[in-house]
Formats: sequence, structure tokens, C-alpha cells
Amino acid sequence: MKTATCPFYGYGNKMDRGAVVALGEKETLARFEQTIFPHMDAAYNLARWLTRNEHDAEDMVQEAYLRAFKFFNDFRGVDGRAWLLTIVRNTCYTWLHQNRAHEMTTTFDEEIHCVDSDTSNPATLALQSADHQILRQALDELPVEFRELVVLRDLEGFSYKEIAGIANIPTGTVMSRLARARERLKKILCGQPKEKLEDGL
Amino acid sequence: MDCKNAQTLIAGYLDQELDPVRSLEIEDHLHGCVACSQVYENHQVLSKGLRTGSIYFKAPTDLQKRIQRSMRQAAKAESPPRWLSWSWVRMAAPMAAAVIVLLALVPFLRGPSTEEMLTREVVSSHVRSLMANHLADVPSSDQHTVKPWFNGKVDFSPPVEDLANQGFPLVGGRLDYLDNRPVAALIYQRDKHVINVFIWPPTESSDPGIKRETRQGYHVFHWTRSGMTYWAVSDLEESQLQEFVQLLQNQSPATLSLP
Repeated sequence: MKTATCPFYGYGNKMDRGAVVALGEKETLARFEQTIFPHMDAAYNLARWLTRNEHDAEDMVQEAYLRAFKFFNDFRGVDGRAWLLTIVRNTCYTWLHQNRAHEMTTTFDEEIHCVDSDTSNPATLALQSADHQILRQALDELPVEFRELVVLRDLEGFSYKEIAGIANIPTGTVMSRLARARERLKKILCGQPKEKLEDGL
Repeated sequence: MDCKNAQTLIAGYLDQELDPVRSLEIEDHLHGCVACSQVYENHQVLSKGLRTGSIYFKAPTDLQKRIQRSMRQAAKAESPPRWLSWSWVRMAAPMAAAVIVLLALVPFLRGPSTEEMLTREVVSSHVRSLMANHLADVPSSDQHTVKPWFNGKVDFSPPVEDLANQGFPLVGGRLDYLDNRPVAALIYQRDKHVINVFIWPPTESSDPGIKRETRQGYHVFHWTRSGMTYWAVSDLEESQLQEFVQLLQNQSPATLSLP
């Protein structure tokens, strides 16, 4: 009991339990701000890439933080970032299903049907010269299931195991889906017509 | 390893997520396959470009303040007034539970009522009087012998009636002890059945109506009349005992009215 540590405990102790609970809440809030607030950029980045809109992204992050605080007592891990991004992702997916249902119904193909056979190498040049504007546009074009893996791996640097936890998919799927996502991204950047893109993948 | 397998594993190889055996396998394949090594190279360049951070979206500077504000508002909206807060509920709930348990136990804790205790005593006295070969201190069917015998033994004069004519002959009198005081016991008989009638002036006034109970197979009748408490107990059939009780009730005022 926290009152026991109060130096005046048992000596005209003025701390009632209400005060102790309020103190506990304050401590929890402080711990929350310490462990979860530093990951606000990561939360916003993921939300921004999933919603593709800055205002919606801010709303998502705010909602995710409120949820995270509500369930903060359940947080036992050491990596607040992965824990927070799991909540951000779930919040965004709920929102996407409600507001961008047409995007979510797009089936995306996980399998590699035919292998890439570019022997000449114009792609490398195109990729190297791509500025951040073009990169952003290309990533925005990816289906959300591909997009989130690129964000989590290449932008956030999570391991496959961590990504599997956040996106709730097997580790093997993380690997194959990332291969597909990068291949598709490369083709967008190299300016291949969309029809050919769909055929080739 | 064919190209299809290789291109699935390329991501894992690039991200250094493959086990050593798989890594060696794909390295072998990339050495011998121009197409796949081209794919690998492209992915590597792409991944490197993405990792520079140029396309990373940083949170707006005021987002943290906005979130802190909304968290405070949510906390305010969710927390009920202090007197209703969980701390109080946590404290009050066990107390409330204890009170409920105590209330539920009250009927058991209170123990038997005075009347119940007395019924037990009366039945015990009756049984004892039959067991100990000490039914009567003054064995007499003469009410004028029995009644004076109580003088000096109890501080009241019990009404004594012989009901031999009605089929309940008086057998005698006895001094007994009930309700924390010496009482007069009159013994009557019906065939082989003994009836004990205990008489004493009650400390508190009580309901004059006849009450009946059955305990351990004995019928107990008790009533109050003319300032005396009467307890009649017997193994006699209940209807017959009731008849006896009614006879006594009708007799006693007349007795009292005697000088």
C-alpha cells in the first residue's frame, strides 16, 4: 500500500485512499508519457501512410493514444513502439473499413506467378534517381497490405518477427509479401504501364 | 533453388532474416542467375532509398499537446465524482458484504426465544419427574391438602382443583424450578398418562390466549389466567389434553374468587 511509504503514515495521516489513487493515476500517466510519447512520430508516420491523409492520420494517432492509455496496464513489454503501432494499425484498419471500404476490397496477389526477367538494367538507374516525391507517390499506390510492410520494415526498421506481431500475420508471409511489395514498387517507379504491372505480378 | 523460390526469399536475404543455410543457398543462386541478381540489386537500391528517411512523415509539433488535452478530457469524462470513485467502492464493498452476512445470520445468532427456552425447560421437567420416581412431593388427591402444602415453599398460592369428576384425578403436588424461580407443579392423571401443570406468577404480562406446541412427542399448552402462567405438558392425546386445559381454565377463576 502506497500510504505505508508516506512518512506521516499513522501520524495524523491526511492521505485518504482517493488521494493515493489519484497519485497512482499520476504515476501511470507519467510512465505512459515516458514510454509511449517518444513514439509519436512512428505512430503518425504509420497512420499517415495507412490513411494517406494528414488530418485523418492525426485523428488516428489521437484515438490510438487514448486507447493505448486505456489499456496501458496490460502493457508488460519493453518495446513501447511495437505495442503502440499495433494499436495504431488496428485503429487505422477499423477506420479504413468504415471509410475506405472500396480500398480494402481490392484483392492483392501474394504469389509470385512469373519471375522478373529484366536482363538489361534501366531499373537501377530509375530507382537511384527517384526523389522523395516520386517515392512517396509510388508507395501511396501500393495496396495497403503491401504499403504497411514497407513502412514497418524500411521506414521503421522492425524485424520480421516484430512486424508479424504488429500486422498479425506469420513471419513467412511478412517475407513473401515484402518481396512482392518491393517488386511492385520498383515497377511503379520504373514507369511501367499499370496494365503490364498487373499482368506481370 | 529455382528463380520463383529465390525471388520469394530475396526480401529475407536482403533484410538478413534468413538462417545461414538458406542464405548460402540463395547466394549460390544469385551467383549463377543474372535475372535474380538483377532483382536483388534493384530491391537493394530501392530499400536503401526508402531508408534514407526522406519519405518519413514526422508528427506535427502540436500533435502531442492535442493528445495530452484529449487524454485529460477523456479522464475527466470517465472518472465519476470522488465519492463514487473506485477507491470508495473498493472500500465499501467488503463492508456492505459483511453487513449483509451479519443480517442474514441474525436469526441464528439471536438464539432461541424465551418461550422456546421455557418450552424446553417444561418438557425436561416433565420427563425428569417421570424418570426420577419423584412425581409428587405431596401425593394427594385432595386439593385441600395439596394447596396448603405450597405455603412457605413458593411466594404465591397456586389454584388447585381436583378434576376427578371430569376424568382427570389430581395425583399430587411438587415443588419445581422453572424460568429461574420456584414454581408449583400439579400432577394429574388420565388413565396411565401423567399431566404436569406448572403454575407461577409471570414477571411480565403476556398474551392470555392458549398456545400449543409439540416437542419430543409431548404436547405443551400454556396460557395466562388471573395473574398466573400455566404450562400443561403430557404425552396424552392432544385433544384430551386440550379438554383438560379447558376444564382448568373454567375452574381457576372460581378458585381464585374463594376467600
